[in-house]
Amino acid sequence: MITYENVSKVYNGEVKAVDDVSFHVEAGETVVLLGPSGCGKTTLLRMVNGLESITNGDIQIDGKSTSALNKIDLRRNIGYVIQSNGLFPNMNIEQNVTVVPDLLGWDRKKKGDRYNYLMDLVGLNPDQFRKRYPHELSGGQQQRIGVVRALAADPPVMLMDEPFGALDPIIRERVQDEFLHIQQEVHKTILFVSHDIDEAIKMGDKIALMKDGKLMQYDPPADMLSQPKNDFVSQFVGQDRTLKRLNIHTLADLVQVMDLNESDATIEETKELLVTSSLRDTLSLILDQQVRQIIVVDNKGNNLGAIDFSIVKDYLSTRGGTESLSFSS
Amino acid sequence: MNKNSNLSREVIGYFQDNVQLLIELTVEHVQLVGLAVIVAIIIGVPLGIYLTTNESLAGTVLNLAGVIMTIPSIALFGIMVPIFSVINQGIGFLPAFVALILYSQLPIIRNTYTAIKNVDPQIRDAAEGIGMKTSQRLFRVEIPNTLPVIMAGVRTAVVLNIGIGVIAAFIGAGGLGELITQGISRGNQEMIIAGSIAISILGISADIILRFIQTLLTPKGFT
Repeated sequence: MITYENVSKVYNGEVKAVDDVSFHVEAGETVVLLGPSGCGKTTLLRMVNGLESITNGDIQIDGKSTSALNKIDLRRNIGYVIQSNGLFPNMNIEQNVTVVPDLLGWDRKKKGDRYNYLMDLVGLNPDQFRKRYPHELSGGQQQRIGVVRALAADPPVMLMDEPFGALDPIIRERVQDEFLHIQQEVHKTILFVSHDIDEAIKMGDKIALMKDGKLMQYDPPADMLSQPKNDFVSQFVGQDRTLKRLNIHTLADLVQVMDLNESDATIEETKELLVTSSLRDTLSLILDQQVRQIIVVDNKGNNLGAIDFSIVKDYLSTRGGTESLSFSS
Repeated sequence: MNKNSNLSREVIGYFQDNVQLLIELTVEHVQLVGLAVIVAIIIGVPLGIYLTTNESLAGTVLNLAGVIMTIPSIALFGIMVPIFSVINQGIGFLPAFVALILYSQLPIIRNTYTAIKNVDPQIRDAAEGIGMKTSQRLFRVEIPNTLPVIMAGVRTAVVLNIGIGVIAAFIGAGGLGELITQGISRGNQEMIIAGSIAISILGISADIILRFIQTLLTPKGFT
């Protein structure tokens, strides 16, 4: 869907903001551009819709070079979300949401229907918000409207520049979850800039980790955590990367490859967990509550078997971890 | 009967006897100032917007407008006379009109320029990023969001010009200044005071009306 081909960006003839970056984003995938500030991730994003020029190389969308396309048309077909939400203070919520459809000349009925549909999608009451203005909304609501606006003309591609960076942690988590939920419905191809490894792991199908304008590693989060390519990557993903991996894997992943124990009715310290739970929640339960056995159940309540600490540990080491859990069972 | 109450009675008497004249002069004054400010807006607002895209010219133009502001009004009107004499318009409406346009430029250009410059760069970025053309960005986002500030500049210009417009009477452009110039030359106190009061009322009412318009033009989304 989106292809970066040897893309470079040079400022003032010498400062290389982006240095020979190549990667490919599949349709329907979310790729997180990750890295410390000044690594070129935002520049990389803004080159896609022509907000930054490309010094060398080429970016293609669906095989068409973006440099050959009219910038205005290109941008209207790409959703754009920024950190400060970028809502227009002079327009009410409906006008803000339908601004791109309006630029594209949709009729009133179609705009209205789209507005209602999208507001329902993010769980905001269309009528309650229609005539309100951005400043009357909370930060979380504003950011959701920012996302809705980007989705308004149903563009195949979305660019999101630290979209949730200005939100406090609790709201951010909620908006992230909500967005993942929306993405399951809309299947956009998304480039997502973040400086937060946890957000990248959570949101990304793949992560492009950048440093000083160079692409350090481009892999799914699980691979980046289990097989960091160099010191910078392993440092950036953190000493606790094994713990982070627990977030990515669910009991459902584990059940597929490991043999589970028979559940032992004589053990009193037993808890049940849904198969969709993350291994992080699973381990947390084991460590916190002195649970000796966890019975895995599917969403119909069927007993799939029992697990304990050693099974989780064995599972992680079979998934290509380069270090084992450092505490003993 | 003391002197003061005598005088105020005479001034009130003057108002009563000269209603027709006062209305005529007020209309003249409003026309002169109104037309000058309208032309000043037509020049100043686009110029202010343009200057936001041309930094080096912006400094020069704003300085020039600043210099014009510092020229004493009587001197500026004086300069206009010989210049417009070339086309036989040295005395009357035209030189006063031009001088008032020049005086209006600084508040209008500066407010427009500063307002557009201060539009939140994130909002400008969003407008650009979602695919607005420059003109759409200007008319849908930047101008609506800066209208209150631009309008404040216009208000300053109008109130300023109502006062300066008094001097226009010296070069035969009429207006409420007539009462003051004639009052001085005839030694007629009531006339001077009546003129001053009329000008003050005009200035204050213009300010109130424009303040109201400014509120109307402020987008609802503003607190």
